[in-house]
Amino acid sequence: MRRSTIPIGLLSLAIMLCACRKNPPSPSAPKSTAYGSAIIESSGGKQIAAAGTTLPQPVVVLVNDDQGTAVTGALVEFRGPAGVSFDPPAGLTDSSGQFSTNVSLGSQAGRYQIRASTMTKSQKTAELRVEEIALDYQQVLGRQLNDQYCSRCHDPESTPERVSNYDNLEIKPHPFTEGDTLNKISDADLLAIINHGGPALNRSPLMAPYGYTLSKSDIQALISYIRIVSDPPYQAFGEVYAQK
Amino acid sequence: MQSPQDKPYSLWHKLFGDPIRAFGVVSLLFLMSLAIAPAKNHFSEWRHYQKSYLRMIRGRGDAVTLQRHFRGGIQQIWLPELGAVDRCITCHVGQKEASLVDVSTQPYRRHPVIPHSSDQFGCVICHRGQGAATTVEEAHRSTLAWEQPLVPARYIESSCGQCHRAALTGTPQLNQGRALLTRYGCVHCHTVKLPDGSTMNATDDPPSLSHIADKTTREWIFAWLKDPRAYAASATMPNFLLKDEDGRDISAFLMANSTPVRGATIPIGSAAQRSAPDPQAGASLYGESFCASCHAVQNAAGNLVGGDIGPELTRVGSKVKPHWLQAWIRNPRIYDPHTAMSHYRFNDQQAAVLTGFLRSKTDSDLLANVHLDPPTPEQIAHGKTLVTEYGCASCHEISGIKKPEKFAPELTRIGSKPISLLIFIPGMQHTLPDYIVNKIKQPRAFGTGLKMPQYSFNPGQVDALTTALLSFTDQAQTMPSALTVPAMAVSNYQPAGKAGQLMNDLACFSCHTINGRGGDMAPDLTLEGSAVQRKWLDDFLKNPNTLRPALIRRMPKFNLTDAEIATLSDYIMTVYQTPTFDRDSMPDSGYPSAQVEQGRQLFYSRYACQSCHIIDPKVDKGYIGPTLIQVGSRLNAAWIYHWLRNPQGLRPGTTEPNRNMSEEDARALTAFMMSQKGSGKQEAAKKR
Repeated sequence: MRRSTIPIGLLSLAIMLCACRKNPPSPSAPKSTAYGSAIIESSGGKQIAAAGTTLPQPVVVLVNDDQGTAVTGALVEFRGPAGVSFDPPAGLTDSSGQFSTNVSLGSQAGRYQIRASTMTKSQKTAELRVEEIALDYQQVLGRQLNDQYCSRCHDPESTPERVSNYDNLEIKPHPFTEGDTLNKISDADLLAIINHGGPALNRSPLMAPYGYTLSKSDIQALISYIRIVSDPPYQAFGEVYAQK
Repeated sequence: MQSPQDKPYSLWHKLFGDPIRAFGVVSLLFLMSLAIAPAKNHFSEWRHYQKSYLRMIRGRGDAVTLQRHFRGGIQQIWLPELGAVDRCITCHVGQKEASLVDVSTQPYRRHPVIPHSSDQFGCVICHRGQGAATTVEEAHRSTLAWEQPLVPARYIESSCGQCHRAALTGTPQLNQGRALLTRYGCVHCHTVKLPDGSTMNATDDPPSLSHIADKTTREWIFAWLKDPRAYAASATMPNFLLKDEDGRDISAFLMANSTPVRGATIPIGSAAQRSAPDPQAGASLYGESFCASCHAVQNAAGNLVGGDIGPELTRVGSKVKPHWLQAWIRNPRIYDPHTAMSHYRFNDQQAAVLTGFLRSKTDSDLLANVHLDPPTPEQIAHGKTLVTEYGCASCHEISGIKKPEKFAPELTRIGSKPISLLIFIPGMQHTLPDYIVNKIKQPRAFGTGLKMPQYSFNPGQVDALTTALLSFTDQAQTMPSALTVPAMAVSNYQPAGKAGQLMNDLACFSCHTINGRGGDMAPDLTLEGSAVQRKWLDDFLKNPNTLRPALIRRMPKFNLTDAEIATLSDYIMTVYQTPTFDRDSMPDSGYPSAQVEQGRQLFYSRYACQSCHIIDPKVDKGYIGPTLIQVGSRLNAAWIYHWLRNPQGLRPGTTEPNRNMSEEDARALTAFMMSQKGSGKQEAAKKR
């Protein structure tokens, strides 16, 4: 009897689980009316958002044929690691050959690689990989502090609303995406530079000390942000990747 | 008798045929039933998770530490004052292990770094769910006995909002959601009582409709009602999805109901005709007056350029009546005494030029298909009924119609609303966050006869609003006050006397904050009297020049008279002082040249001030801080000195870092900066 309860219990558990599972979204994907040969990114890659939230801009991809002209009506499908959702997950390219989708990242911070694919004429799959970054609480805080204190000098991109000071500096600061350099600086050294200013580690005197302005946890939040936006990715011991 | 009935009989006989056999079988059954409880325990989910955690860490380099930290059995965090019994850590065994940073499978991920410890607050207070449960299903999802499932990660900042009533740096989404609730006027119709007893107030300022016939035409009202976004891409008024007849009748009622304001329109007379519309002069006056600091205009690429304090002006020529516009530009306070717009002292000529320029901003498509016949009394009466039904008076002042009370459901505890009380649209997930999202996205889909209008929020705004709404929970209302962080007190500071009237007339508070009241576009003026020199302030009010070269939003020139400038300067210099130091405690000039030279050295080498400031325009390029060219004629020495010692002490949150400067260095730098004076003529030449 005991033996039989286990399979019966398992069976009923399985049935219950199946019953409880949310109806998987049955994507009534439209039929492809045309086929391209390549899929490229128009915009929306390398975006940064808090874990679990929707990216600020949609991800837009473009389907081209072998002449390089845009293809209308090609079916594009988006896939991503667990936790990533797309709205809509699939659809046909519009008259300019583009398809755009809103992407929500998973609940774990890290880098997410999402894939957009389309079928070519020869029934092969053309695929595009786009990377997006999800931030945890500390990194969200770091990003806010970066916007207030750091980005005016460290971000070379200048807009009329927010003019960058980067070009005005004789010794150029490192943009935080510059992984080649920043990944070689240890956390302790970054902390020292932010805390005591550039000259503390024989670096640019134009970098002011922030140790009397920011708390230690603020600076750690900043470092955590600098690490996650770095390109190529920062790989400390045991660095986490949401996408394996 | 050989029949199938024999078989059960024989089985019964085999088991219970004689007393000893029956006793044995019953004992066996009894024993087995006794075993059910330990077996259930043995095969419980949490035991399974703990076993596989131990298997997972076995091969790791940090296995010994992790094993030492591991404690088997049901673990719980018990916090009587919060009513929390959270057993989540029974399965989420590694949530505190910093070295598990590479683990991405649940339930073994380490918890991301946050400012609070789970020992102090538990888990459920932020994540919701059922803390005492020991199965995955009961802990995370809503069950018959427990309705509150986990809050999805995308709305997790809502939990911060239960205790933190002021804006937090680390919760941008929550801050945005709260701002949207007030900015888009949600709280005009929906009451939100905050846990501190106050009521959430709207920050938008919907115009009064009592005198609307002075301002615009019935055709424009119709077009606007049909689709506010067709007129202005930045419209905060939602779309009520009105039928054509309803738009016709509401516009008829509003026009018929409107009463004229004396002086709100002036006949376009000689002044306007004299200045035959010169678009160039109008455009440059528009630019010189920095209208774009508050008003946006859509450019050719479809992007809005300009501020969002005032309404968008892309198609303003299709909206306003020229008589009204000219009077408004002359003095907006006649039509609307509480407008955020400044009363510029324009003369007739200037007002006519600006009116001509703005009238040229038209869109022929907007009113092309609007043809309205003169209204009948029935239509007007029907329009009044509609205005009452749709609650227009919740936001707008309309003479003869009272602001409705409790027009829409109260949202004070929306974040804890039981799912059993919600109505869902077919096909949507049955959770509270999904309900809120869909209510914002498609309010009219929830039934017929619903009045909530259609907003045009983007996905990020919808998520932000949902986050803010989910923070209005039962728990937030009952949280012990020792655990809450109160919101910043709302200030209704009002400067006194003639200067106070003048400041209201110029709408200084639309951009500047003083004593906690006002906008954030321009610097806080609470301590301005301690900071600047009187002569500079007079000159600045006469002809404001920019101190921050990179900014495109600037202080406009109000064309003030000398008497008005004197009134303002007197008031600012006398009243807006810091109690921490005496403005005149350090001299404006006469510092020894050695000290000035030492200051120069410190400025350029040790403190590298030139990375953010310009003191010599030929050499320096720093674009972040205000320019320091001729700073010795602008700021007070004592202010510079105390600012250098601790910038955040004088203006909390300012970007300039505290350099922990010694007294001596600060004095030398002050001496150097005070030496930077220019003759008035040079100064004027450089500002050009």
